[in-house]
Amino acid sequence: MSDHDPRQNRPLSPHLQIWKPNLTMAMSILHRITGAALYFAMVLAAWWLVALASGPDYFAFVDGIFRSWFGLIVLFGASYALFHHAMGGIRHLVWDTGRAFAIPAAEHMAIMSLILAVAFTVILWLAGFVAS
Amino acid sequence: MVQLTLPRKSRPVPGRTWPKPEGAKRIKEFRIYRYDPDAGDNPRIDTYFVDLDACGPMVLNALLWIKDNIDSTLTFRRSCREGICGSCAMNIDGENTLACIKPIDEIRGAVKVYPLPHMQVIKDLVPDLTLFYAQHRLIEPWLKTDTPEPDREWLQSREDRARLDGLYECILCACCSTSCPSYWWNADRYLGPAALLQAWRWISDSRDEATGERLDALDDPFRLYRCHTILNCARVCPKGLNPARAIAMIKKTLAERTL
Repeated sequence: MSDHDPRQNRPLSPHLQIWKPNLTMAMSILHRITGAALYFAMVLAAWWLVALASGPDYFAFVDGIFRSWFGLIVLFGASYALFHHAMGGIRHLVWDTGRAFAIPAAEHMAIMSLILAVAFTVILWLAGFVAS
Repeated sequence: MVQLTLPRKSRPVPGRTWPKPEGAKRIKEFRIYRYDPDAGDNPRIDTYFVDLDACGPMVLNALLWIKDNIDSTLTFRRSCREGICGSCAMNIDGENTLACIKPIDEIRGAVKVYPLPHMQVIKDLVPDLTLFYAQHRLIEPWLKTDTPEPDREWLQSREDRARLDGLYECILCACCSTSCPSYWWNADRYLGPAALLQAWRWISDSRDEATGERLDALDDPFRLYRCHTILNCARVCPKGLNPARAIAMIKKTLAERTL
C-alpha cells in the first residue's frame, strides 16, 4: 500500500459550475444583492440629510453631486434596488404564511415582483421629473 | 463558508473519449464525471457514445449499458431501477434527479452526468452521504411518546393521517439537500431540506408526543433558518415533494408558539 489515503483526498463534486440556472434561484441572489446595495444607499441618504443640516453651501455641493449624470445613475439604481427588495420582502411575507411554494406559483410571484419593481421605479422617476 | 469555485484538486480535467459503437444508427453522447480514488489524480470528464437502439429509455439504462459494453470501471449506486430506493440520485443535465426515472430523450445535446453537487466524492458518481444521514438521525425520525403503548396500533383519524401525505413519501435520495446553495455553503450547521422535511413529518404526526421538544431542537439560526426559499429542493424532488414548504411550516409553527 502506498501512503496515499483516498479518504483524505476526496474531491468536492462540482456545484454552481454545473447547475442549470432558474428563476427562483436568481431572485434569491438578487434579493441578497439589492439588500446589500441598500446599505450603501442608506449611507448616501444619510449624507444628503447631514448636508441638509450643515447649511446651504455644503448642501449645494452634495446636491450638485447627486444631480450630476453619475449621481442620477447611482440614485436610479438605488431606487430600483429599494423597490426590488421591497417586492422581495412581500414575496417572503406570502411564503411565511405557508403559501405559494409550488414552483408555478413561486415563479408567478417572481415575475410579478419584477414587473412591479420596474413599474414603481419608472413611476417614481417620472413623478420626480414632472415635479422638478 | 461560501466558496464559489472548486478547490484546485477537485476541478475536473478533460478525460478519455471512448470509441463509438459500431453499426449503431441512433447514438447519444454522454459526458460523465470520473474520479479514481486509487490514482488520486484530478477528476476527469469521460465521453461515451451510447447506442440508443440497444439500450433502455432511462439515463440509468445508458449508464448500465456503458458499464456492460464499454467501460466496466464506471461506478455508481443503483438498486430498484424504478424510483423507489433513491440510490441512483445524481446530477443529470444540470439538475439532481434519479437516473432510473430520467428519460434520455428529455435531454437535448450531450447528456452531462455528475455526482450530487458539493459532496465529497468516493468514486465516480458515488458521493459520501455520511453527513446527510447524520442530519436525518439528528431530527430523531421515530415516534416519541410518553403514553403507555396501546395493545394494538397507535390509531389516527383519517384527517390526521392525511396530514402526513406529501411528507412520508421521502426516500432520502439527497437530491433536494444537495441542490440547495444554502446547504452547499453551510452543510456543517444547516440541516438541509431532506432532514427538515422529515422533522416536519414527525412534528405533524398526531401520535407523536414530543412536538415541543422537536421544535426546541430546530429553533436555531443555522439548523433551520438558513433556508432562503431558493426552491431548488422543490424543483428537483423526484417524488414531487416540497421541502421548502415544510421548512416554512416549521418556521410558522415556531412563530405561532411564541404568540
